[in-house]
Amino acid sequence: MAIETTGSISGVELTNDRPTDPSAFLIEPPRTRTKRTGRKSRTNFEMLAWLFMRLSGVVLVFLVLGHLIIQLILDGGVTKISFAFVAGRWASPFWQGWDLLMLWLAMLHGANGMRTVINDYAERDTTRFWLKVLLVTATVFTVLLGTLVIFTFDPNIS
Amino acid sequence: MPAGTLYRGREGMWSWVAHRVTGVLIFFFLFAHVLDTALVRVSPQAYNSTIATYKTWPVNLMEYGLTAAILFHALNGLRVIAVDFWAKGPKYQRQMLWTVVTVWVVLMAGAFYPILQETLRNWFG
Ligand code: HEM
Repeated sequence: MAIETTGSISGVELTNDRPTDPSAFLIEPPRTRTKRTGRKSRTNFEMLAWLFMRLSGVVLVFLVLGHLIIQLILDGGVTKISFAFVAGRWASPFWQGWDLLMLWLAMLHGANGMRTVINDYAERDTTRFWLKVLLVTATVFTVLLGTLVIFTFDPNIS
Repeated sequence: MPAGTLYRGREGMWSWVAHRVTGVLIFFFLFAHVLDTALVRVSPQAYNSTIATYKTWPVNLMEYGLTAAILFHALNGLRVIAVDFWAKGPKYQRQMLWTVVTVWVVLMAGAFYPILQETLRNWFG
């Protein structure tokens, strides 16, 4: 069935106890260009974001579940964690790389997911805008701080 | 509320709600977790004394809860991916949800002692 985008609905009898404006029944297809749609910027950002959620999700299964097994389950669970334990792991570029990739993927995946949640619940334009400013600020800060800590870690700090 | 406008989804709606709640929860935890780990740049003492709170029983219980949230989000995320990319995914989405729940219950039962061992030992000797 074709979806009408011009405002008339064919073949529907409108009775008096229903709204008589046919546009009340109209649901615009998601990709319809309206007055409020920017004319330029015809990028695939939303599709790429959707794809990123799935690709990062698959990688995060290994990184995050591996992280939980090492930190919370093996060798006595959390009790073994200490500065010395961290120093031992970050002496290896492999674990540094693991943690760095996990940090970036989890933060970007989580931040993009939070963007969806904000878009769903914050209805006023200004509320949405400021929540996203807060989200981006917190995300950039956390990613940079974490990256800096991994790269500048000093096992001999006193 | 006009009659018949309340969306009453079935399992799919609840798995979506759980996926969203766990996702938001994990994000907030991750934010805090990067901050506490950053204390390794301050001093071993600062880091160790903060990590000490992670070993107390209330936080230990929260770690088990966090593991539950992450494990559900991860397994259900794989289900969402299968629904999107596997031709038969939409057809089997319900069976996949019960598979997710079953695997989740089994793994959480298996993780019960390893994660909570310190607390259990303190409580029951
Ligand atoms: C462990 C492996 C993970 C997998 C397989 C996974 C998978 C997914 C997928 C496929 C989606 C998209 C759902 C959709 O479009 O309907 C999603 C959403 C989301 N994820 Fe993850 N994820 C994982 C880890 C994480 C982590 C570590 C975080 C937090 C830092 C996170 C936070 C979120 C959030 C906030 C959403 C948005 C939820 C929504 O829109 O309802 N996820 N996840």
